[in-house]
Amino acid sequence: MITALLLFWPALAALLVLLIKGQGAKKVAFVAALVEFALSLFALSEFNTQSGAMQQTLSFPWVASAGINFSIGMDGISLLMVLLTTFLIPLIVLSSFKHDYKNPNVFYALVLFMQTGLIGVFVAMDAFLFYFFWEVALIPVYFIAAVWGGANRIRVTFKFFVYTIFGSLFMLAAFIYLYLQTPGSHTSDVNAFYQLTLSSESQSWIFWFLFIAFAIKMPIFPFHTWQPDTYTESPAQATMLLSGIMLKMGIYGVLRWLLPVVPFGVSQWDELVLILSIIGIVYASIIAIRQRDLKRLVAYSSIAHVGLIAAGIFTLNEQGLQGGVIQMLSHGINVVGLFFIIDIIFSRTQTREITSLGGITQNTPALSIYFMILLLGSVALPLTNGFVGEFLLLSGVFQYNGWFGAVAGLTIILGAVYMLRMFQGVMFGTKSELTENFSDLSLNEKAVLIPLVVMVFWIGLFPNTFLSISEPAVHNLLSIINR
Amino acid sequence: MISIILLSVFGIINLFVGFMKSKRILLPLALLFLAVVFGVNLFSWNDTQSYFNNMLTIDNYAVAFTGIMTLSTLLLLPFSQRYVDTEDSNLAEYYSLLLFALVGTIMMVSYENLLMLFIGIEILSIAMYVLAGSDKRSLRSNEASLKYFLMGAFFTGIMLFGIVMIYGATGTFNITEIGAAEVATDGVLNTMFILGLLLLVIGISFKISAAPFHFWTPDVYDGTPTFFTAFMSTIVKTAGVAAFYKLMDAAFASTYAYAAWFPTLVAITVLTLIVGNIGAVVQTSMKRMLAYSSISHAGYLLIALVAFNDKSESSILFYSFAYSAASIAAFGVLKMVADQRGSEEYAAFNGLGKTNPLLAFAMTVSMLSLAGIPLTAGFFGKFFIFTSILQNPDMLWLVIVAIVLAAVGIYYYLRVVIAMYMQPTTDTEAVRVGSFASFTLIAITILTILLGIAPALVSDLI
Repeated sequence: MITALLLFWPALAALLVLLIKGQGAKKVAFVAALVEFALSLFALSEFNTQSGAMQQTLSFPWVASAGINFSIGMDGISLLMVLLTTFLIPLIVLSSFKHDYKNPNVFYALVLFMQTGLIGVFVAMDAFLFYFFWEVALIPVYFIAAVWGGANRIRVTFKFFVYTIFGSLFMLAAFIYLYLQTPGSHTSDVNAFYQLTLSSESQSWIFWFLFIAFAIKMPIFPFHTWQPDTYTESPAQATMLLSGIMLKMGIYGVLRWLLPVVPFGVSQWDELVLILSIIGIVYASIIAIRQRDLKRLVAYSSIAHVGLIAAGIFTLNEQGLQGGVIQMLSHGINVVGLFFIIDIIFSRTQTREITSLGGITQNTPALSIYFMILLLGSVALPLTNGFVGEFLLLSGVFQYNGWFGAVAGLTIILGAVYMLRMFQGVMFGTKSELTENFSDLSLNEKAVLIPLVVMVFWIGLFPNTFLSISEPAVHNLLSIINR
Repeated sequence: MISIILLSVFGIINLFVGFMKSKRILLPLALLFLAVVFGVNLFSWNDTQSYFNNMLTIDNYAVAFTGIMTLSTLLLLPFSQRYVDTEDSNLAEYYSLLLFALVGTIMMVSYENLLMLFIGIEILSIAMYVLAGSDKRSLRSNEASLKYFLMGAFFTGIMLFGIVMIYGATGTFNITEIGAAEVATDGVLNTMFILGLLLLVIGISFKISAAPFHFWTPDVYDGTPTFFTAFMSTIVKTAGVAAFYKLMDAAFASTYAYAAWFPTLVAITVLTLIVGNIGAVVQTSMKRMLAYSSISHAGYLLIALVAFNDKSESSILFYSFAYSAASIAAFGVLKMVADQRGSEEYAAFNGLGKTNPLLAFAMTVSMLSLAGIPLTAGFFGKFFIFTSILQNPDMLWLVIVAIVLAAVGIYYYLRVVIAMYMQPTTDTEAVRVGSFASFTLIAITILTILLGIAPALVSDLI
């Protein structure tokens, strides 16, 4: 029941927000998002962390004649993803308080509506329900990006929309095929998919149909071409939604709907996927070094980080999978923080060019500290959240293949290069005319950054809080994959 | 049967009411007539009856399709409000012809005899030829009417020729008897039978504007007044596809006949999908885009027909209703925008999100539905069709073709949304919307979203 409440509350709140005229909408949206966060904490308190099975389930017929059920539930992985979503959305709403977007009621209603889609993706236990929410999450963020975005927004978001729908249509075809393979009068339940015995040829093509959808969403090299432009042109909040939460849909999709469903398909192609992911890591890192636009730089760094997560989970060992789960949380927190800081800098200087910035530290002790912490989390310094995830992921990749691990390990060095170079260019050096009167963080901005920074240390120092939640689910997943 | 009689009588009554001075009564009256027919039709549910020596059979298939076609017409009529407002002198005739056309479509979904199919198509077509040319002073409307008539007459001839050949081969017009007839000797199919079958397929393909028999479509749809284009591209198409499926299912389901038409229809399907979607991409006129889009949707409907299994009927039913509802809203909005802004180009829609939030929202939902994106009925339409064709895993390639072209479809549907919400405009005057029309737009939008959440309401009917 709590799952259903988590799922539908944001949609209801969205309708409510839609009715509010003027900038009051943002406050209502913020309160609604906080309520959602409280609900998710309640779900956590009710959660049995010893079990790897789906909990808090709810199921009733949706399209009865076709055997499609509206069935939702959470295991440890889902729960962590839900918590990430409910934790980040209030902060994303809060981060927008200094902007006065036109039609604020529509803007915030779309954010909340998207939250329903995101939660739905993470709790769906039925393939078609999953697909349904997968697309439901896309529509609001498309409108947020395309209506409130930058100068090139129309062309760029158009590409994003068509690209992702193109991928997900293949996923739909694969789901329909799998559904028709289930015995009896067919069902699209996740457990029925896990029990299918398919020939290795059909697993091979189904793998690609599903993988292409997830790979575009993440994005994995070479399906990433929509991402830097979209992140750059979208308004800050849409970028945070896309990078912080939406790309996790792709990774989550791999964990729930790809690895356990077509294990033979995975075993045929995992090496190629790892190679692509590792190419992506190195390629995106090198491009990031060359970037002058802050948003583009972080966008490319995101491709590199996601590449490592993908490489880790496709190793199919426990370290890789656990590392992938924890790194999804860390990446969500770090990237949202970084994009928020970029938004702060942009709203004060109207530029994101590294070369026209500099010397900000002199006026802003608080901003500098928060920025530095998030940045160090992102480059995986020990004691920060990034370290735990990357360590586990890299150890997973090393177990798979030493050479792969060595090349993937470059991410730490290259990451340090582009991140520190960015910090140097933006924060140190001499002041430019744009940064002359740069004011330090407002209370509101601190309220966004402090929770993020707390999480950076929490995950960095006590990763077991989170790892223990996902561990039974990961074990369960591995036992299904190796059935 | 009673709905056929009622519609004919109502059509005539409508003509006489047209003699009255005030035209205001006509629209509510026509709506009332359709509502009555819709209700009466439902009484035949689960009560299969044959009429006229087994010429017509009203079964659940016929009732379901009659229901959605009547409902679609009901949803379409309010968009004729401008004719009412301008006191168009021929309004009564328009409504009567639409009611008569609806009689034709009902015969097309309930025929048991090829002659009835032919008569149904003719009743429908003649009304449509007239309506296509109803804008007497417009050259384009006249051209559309003439083109439609000449091409239509030609293909009706082909179809009639096919019917005769089938009669020659089997000695009957009854479709069930044709299905039972022995048409092959030593595994070789009777030549006359094959020829008749193919001519019939070609004739009906023309009516539903399937490629390569679609050449008339863009010009005729473009020239016909928008209100009647909406009827042509939705209700007429639904009737055509329903008649097509009924024919194949009853008369040509035997292994030999199936082997003869299956490759032909697969080719027609693929060609239709390609022509419709690629053709729509290059249009700058919204109306021509919708014309090509209607070709492409004929292609998706044909996929369900090609699948030819127990899921086909319900997926055709659901898809055609989802498509009709969305198309009617799209044509309706187009008509109102074009009437006021004087252009049918995409650019006429610029800034509609600001000036007319309701129109823009209804249009957006319709476009998403036509593109097949979840939360709208169109998604489940595509879903049921893909489910039905994939029962035969060898047809996976056709699904891939359809998917790639569906992605192309998103391109041109989204352009409308972009124009409405994201393109700047100088035209800040709101488009006038009649009360009937705005109520109908709200109803269609709710219906589209409702069926996108609870598709079982329609899909589980048959």
